[in-house]
Amino acid sequence: MGVGRVMGIETELGITSTQRDPAGQPVTPMVLSGQVVRAYAAGAPAGAALPAAAGWDYADETPLRDARGFEMARALAHRSQLTDVEDPTIATSVLSNGARFYVDHAHPEYSSPEVTGPLAAVRWDRAGEEVALAAVRTLAQEGLDVRLYKNNVDGKGASYGTHENYLVPRSVPFDRLAAHLIPFLVARPVIAGAGRVGLGQASERPGFQLSQRADYLEAEIGLETTLRRPIVNTRDEPHATPHLHRRLHVIVGDATMADVTTYLALGSLSAVLRVVETHPHLLDGLALARPVAAAQQVSHDPTLRATVELADGRHLTGLDLLEAHLDAAEQAAASGHEAWAETGEAQTGPLLRRWGEVLDTLRRDPTGAAGQVEWVAKQQLLQRFAERAGTGWEDNRLAAMDIQWHDLDPDRGLARKLRAAGRLERLVGEEEIAHAVTHPPEDTRAWFRGEVVRRYGAGGGVRAASWDSVVLADERGRLRRVRIEEPTGGRRDRVADLLDRHTDAAGLLSELVSEDV
Amino acid sequence: MSQQQFDRRRDSGAGDGPDPDATPAPAAPAAQSAERDEALDSLLDEIDGVLETNATEFVHGFVQKGGQ
Repeated sequence: MGVGRVMGIETELGITSTQRDPAGQPVTPMVLSGQVVRAYAAGAPAGAALPAAAGWDYADETPLRDARGFEMARALAHRSQLTDVEDPTIATSVLSNGARFYVDHAHPEYSSPEVTGPLAAVRWDRAGEEVALAAVRTLAQEGLDVRLYKNNVDGKGASYGTHENYLVPRSVPFDRLAAHLIPFLVARPVIAGAGRVGLGQASERPGFQLSQRADYLEAEIGLETTLRRPIVNTRDEPHATPHLHRRLHVIVGDATMADVTTYLALGSLSAVLRVVETHPHLLDGLALARPVAAAQQVSHDPTLRATVELADGRHLTGLDLLEAHLDAAEQAAASGHEAWAETGEAQTGPLLRRWGEVLDTLRRDPTGAAGQVEWVAKQQLLQRFAERAGTGWEDNRLAAMDIQWHDLDPDRGLARKLRAAGRLERLVGEEEIAHAVTHPPEDTRAWFRGEVVRRYGAGGGVRAASWDSVVLADERGRLRRVRIEEPTGGRRDRVADLLDRHTDAAGLLSELVSEDV
Repeated sequence: MSQQQFDRRRDSGAGDGPDPDATPAPAAPAAQSAERDEALDSLLDEIDGVLETNATEFVHGFVQKGGQ
C-alpha cells in the first residue's frame, strides 16, 4: 500500500514513413500502424504474442460511461470516442507480458500490463519501447521503413496521448478526487514533463516548455480525450469489479524516456491518491483560481519562478505546490494509517525520498536535475546546441532535435543516446527490461493473461483477451469467456499450479467457471 | 526523511505563500558550469552524425493525426 497500487501506462506512438502506395500517395498512418502491430506478432519469439487477427474481447468496454454518474448518448459522441467498435482493419495483439499492442486511431499503442507500483511501471513501460522497436526491425527486414516516436505532439496542432491508469476504491467520491487532483496535475510537469520546443498548440511562438500536453488542455473536467481535453478525465470504465473499483484515467501526462521522470510521475500521483483516500484534509487549501491557465503558466516557465494564483488569493510556484503535496504525503505516511503500511518490498519510503531530493535539487539549480528530470535534460542539451550555433528557439534544428529526442531507435533517438552515455539515470537494467518484454508481472491478473498466451497461444486455444477476460476454445471448439474481474486475481502465487496442470486452453477450461461468448 | 529536512522544505514557502526573502537560485559555480558545458559539447559532437541533416524538411514532414 502507500504508493503501491494497481496501475499501468498506455502510450500512443508517433509514426512516420517514406512508404508510398501504388498510386504514389503516402501510406496512411492507420495502415502503417497496422503494419507495426502485425510485424511484432509475426517477428516475436514463439509464444510472445497472439497473432494480430486473434482479437480483443470488447464485451466490457464502456468508453462513454462518465464517472459523474451518467452515460453519454452514442449519437452525440465524436467517432474517435467510440473505442469499443470492432473494425476488421484494426490490428490488435495480446502479448505474453500481459500488455496489449494495437492500433488506436492513427497510432500504434502499447498498453502496459497491470503492475503494482511505480518502479514496475517503469520496467514494463521500457519493455513497451522494446516491443515497438522489435516491430520496426521486423518491418525493416521486409524492406518497409517505419519510424516510431515516443512523444505526444507533432508541433503543428496534433496531440496524442500517454494515459496513466490507477485503481482507486469506488468508495472515494469522484468529485473529491477531481478537486484534489487538479492542482497536483497542474504542477506535476515540474518533475514529470518531457519538455517541448514551441509554445502554443501549433508552436505559434518560439520557446521551450516543461510539458508536451499543457497547451492542449482546454477544460478542468470532462469525458473527452480527443477534443476539449480536460485536466481530469471522467471516463468510468473500470475493467474491474465495478462496485469496488474505479480506474482513474489520467490523460494529461507526457510519454517519458527518463526512468526517474516516469517513476516520479506515477509514484507521486499514486501517493497523492492515497492521501485523498486517507487524509484528504491535508490537501485542503490548494485549489487554483484558474487551473487551465495555470497549467500553461507552469509549463511555460523553465526557471520555475512563475507563480499561479490559488482560489484563496495566495500565489505559489509549481515547486511550492509539489512540496505541499509531498509534505501531505509524508505526514500521511507517518500517521500509522494501515493504508500506508508497506506490504512486501518497500516502495513508499524510497519514492517519497526521491521526490524530495529532486524537488530540492530543482529549487537550488534546475540544471542539477538533468540526470533525473527529462525536460531539464532536453533543455540543457538543446540550449548548449543553440549557444554553440549562436541561435535561438526559433531555429528549426532545435525543433528537429526535440522530435528526434523521442525516436525509439537507439541509433537515432537522442534520449536513448543519453541513456547509453549514462547521462539519464537508469532505474531498471537491460536484462530486466528484456525479461519484461515476454514475461508478465507476477502480482496481478496480467500474469494469468500473459501466461495463457505464452503457454498455450492461439494454437492451444487462446482466442482473445481483454483487461478482465480471456476467451478460450473448449475441447469442441466452442468459445468460452473466463472473467478475471479482480485486478490482483490471477496472480502467479494463486494460479501457477492450475496452469501447470494443463497443456492447452481446453484442459484449463475444465477447471474454471466460464460463460458463453 | 529527517525532521530537519522536512522542516526546511516546509519553510521554503509551500504553506505560506511566496517567501519574500527567497533569494534566486544561485548560479552554478563557474568551474562546475564549464565542466558541464564540456560534457555537453562532447555529447553534441558524438550525436552530430545522427542529427537530421535537413532540419526544416524533417520538422515539416513530422505530421501526425491527433489521438487521445
